[in-house]
Amino acid sequence: MDMPTPDPLVLAKKDQLVAALQGVLPVEAVIHDTHETRAYECDALTAYKCPPMLAVLPSTTEEVSAVLKICHDMGVPVVPRGSGTSLAGGALPTADCVILGVARMNAVLDTDYDNRTIRVQTGRTNLSVSGAVEEESFFYAPDPSSQLACAIAGNIAMNSGGAHCLKYGVTTNNLMGVTMVLMDGTIVEIGGAHLDAPGLDLLGVICGSEGQLGVVTEATLRILHKPEGARPILMGFDSSEVAGACVSDIIRSGILPVAIEFMDRPCIRACEAFAGAGYPDCEALLIVEVEGSPDEITWQLARITEIAERHNPVELREAKDADEAGRIWLGRKSAFGAMGQINDYMCLDGTIPVSSLPYVLRRISEMSEEFGLGVANVFHAGDGNMHPLILFDANKPGDLEICEAFGAEILKLCVEAGGCLTGEHGVGVEKRDLMLHQYTADDLEAQLMVKDVFDPNWLLNPAKVFPLSVTEGRRLHPATAA
Amino acid sequence: MDCPKTEAELAQLITDAQAPLAIQGGGSQGVAVQGHPVSVRDMSGVELYEPGALTLVAKAGTPVEEVQALLAQEGQQLAFEPRDLRGLMGTDGAPTLGGAFAANQSGPRRIQGGAARDYLLGVRFVDGTGQVVKNGGRVMKNVTGYDLVKLMAGAHGTLGVLSEVSLKVLPRAVATGTVQIAGLDAQQAVQAMARALGSPFDVTGAAHGAWGADDTPLTLIRVEGFADSVTYRTAELQKLLAGFGPAEVEADPDIWQRVRDVSPFHDTSGAVWRISVKPSDAPAVLDRLAPEQALLDWGGGLIWARMGAGRDVRAALGDIAGHATLIRGTGAPRFHPEPAPVAALSAGLRARFDPRAILNTGLMG
Repeated sequence: MDMPTPDPLVLAKKDQLVAALQGVLPVEAVIHDTHETRAYECDALTAYKCPPMLAVLPSTTEEVSAVLKICHDMGVPVVPRGSGTSLAGGALPTADCVILGVARMNAVLDTDYDNRTIRVQTGRTNLSVSGAVEEESFFYAPDPSSQLACAIAGNIAMNSGGAHCLKYGVTTNNLMGVTMVLMDGTIVEIGGAHLDAPGLDLLGVICGSEGQLGVVTEATLRILHKPEGARPILMGFDSSEVAGACVSDIIRSGILPVAIEFMDRPCIRACEAFAGAGYPDCEALLIVEVEGSPDEITWQLARITEIAERHNPVELREAKDADEAGRIWLGRKSAFGAMGQINDYMCLDGTIPVSSLPYVLRRISEMSEEFGLGVANVFHAGDGNMHPLILFDANKPGDLEICEAFGAEILKLCVEAGGCLTGEHGVGVEKRDLMLHQYTADDLEAQLMVKDVFDPNWLLNPAKVFPLSVTEGRRLHPATAA
Repeated sequence: MDCPKTEAELAQLITDAQAPLAIQGGGSQGVAVQGHPVSVRDMSGVELYEPGALTLVAKAGTPVEEVQALLAQEGQQLAFEPRDLRGLMGTDGAPTLGGAFAANQSGPRRIQGGAARDYLLGVRFVDGTGQVVKNGGRVMKNVTGYDLVKLMAGAHGTLGVLSEVSLKVLPRAVATGTVQIAGLDAQQAVQAMARALGSPFDVTGAAHGAWGADDTPLTLIRVEGFADSVTYRTAELQKLLAGFGPAEVEADPDIWQRVRDVSPFHDTSGAVWRISVKPSDAPAVLDRLAPEQALLDWGGGLIWARMGAGRDVRAALGDIAGHATLIRGTGAPRFHPEPAPVAALSAGLRARFDPRAILNTGLMG
């Protein structure tokens, strides 16, 4: 994976830049000591590391604006950072960049139950948004597995999803408005507590733009009343293909579960060791969750059980109580951590049409043999969002490279099956060089034109999302001009 | 009128255009634009439908009715309830899928299930230079690159002309139940709707107005799903809303078609404004506007107001956050002016995607 060569003209401005930034921020909010900047050298994609030139931690929208204006005027690239939990390298620095972290901006600004919205600063963590409205039995629906740590800023940048978005949608479907600072320091208000845009849907293109269009400092989010209850059911099958067919049948039946999660044997074993949820030891496991009143839950689970039984499950088990339901979800939500305890892995995020699940799972298994690396699968089956975990040994020379090549082949397979490279993690640096497998150069040009409008000098997170060769003319021009 | 039959013909037509083009689907929304008329209505047909994956791909000119009929055979539906504005606008012509998405035409279920844009998974379009562009795909979750899909939804053809759309469909509810309370004023109605929408009972519609034959205002709360579940939830909502007056439960879903299509305004005259605000601001908006006739949808977040001549609705809104679109009538720009920094971004996008300013020129700014 290549990153652009640091611009010596930018590096030479470090002292001048530190002085300027200290003029608009508290001294301790400008981190320039090379021992301390190392804390920002990577995000959750730890295979790639590079300490930034410096990092800043502003506390207000106005401070963000002042920082960006200074960097803009001096031609310094800026990489925005939420909590640094990106699995795609979205917050990976370059040596000549300023990391702009929003972690200090974590306040709840307004809670409005009548209109079912909450306004927060975007450094607030995903789970603590729900925490802020829990006493009224409300919640914020998107629930990425990293929700304890990940920030709303990063959720908006990556348009994060989660296990329950089959019913509730992903970030973009729950985001109503933002305060955003453009690279030149301009503060813009887009959307709000009303339900649609007056003109072009700028909010729609900002969400998921991976911090390349602006730095979102405040957000109005949709909150919902919790359902009366929810209950998961576990289903074990003796093949992944049968489990995939069962998923399709459930969806077609007219029932819309809030979540349909899938795990294969390597993942089941790791999660069971971690969470002790009583997962059956089988080839494929589905966790299907439904919501409603006790009667509604019982009725829906009976329908789902009826469908599952047509596929000869090796196990069918409803959670008996809240404690068991909690452990079933703990196992699933800990899947990445549990796998990490027993192996190095690379987590992919390709999405495919649900109907292609059996074919794609079979091909991944064949490719695993060809590349000589194991794969564990855990994913959101209801919407076809796969998470193959390729297992490798980071200490074994050459293994990472084989793993990357295998990963690229899996993602190409997803595209070939009618899907896409990434369903909820984002492109970042990880999938950047595969973009031309999904889009033509002309398709990408239309996306680049959007960035040209928001960030004409290409200073915001410039080395992400698009292949470097495609953005070269745009990225190099401003640095030399600055 | 030019009606290209393929995306390639459409691209050629735009490439060759020497003057502004007025882009439309079936023409049912009655949007007046200067320019040589071009319709995508002959680019029609469903190309892929996978009920088990809840996805459908169709050419942009495919009639909404044709898609709904196809989905109904599988017990599925367009969950965003695209409005049919022929009655309101006095137009004819078949509403198209492309037109519904280009206008982000979202019905009563928007308050719970999302807008048209939330169901659009992928697009193909021809930009103002004649370039064909693809964005998104046909899977439920997709964050591969920028989401131009949402940008195109609601762009009213000003950034490009949709040639193909792929969308998420949903199971059609087996049963519908509507809790109805008669005689509330706007303030009470908005409070009742907020109570219902803030409950755990998964309300999929909340509207208020004189929907029936007489002038009695009816506040409507809709739940959908399987029959037993609907019975249970309507009963719970009746209890929850008991303080607002006696509530009846109606099983016939037809009244929601009247809400969707703004039916009480059919066969009327006068300017029709569509105002989007925070739901709890609706009563204040009505106080300030004093419209001749008003209907509330989306729990109050969407106001349809029929106004006498010469009223400046935007000025009357004052400091209430939101926006007003002039749907029927003349004398003001159709779309609400945006604050300068936002308008600059929108203008910048239009200049890139339609550098010759030939696609629905002037419609959005």
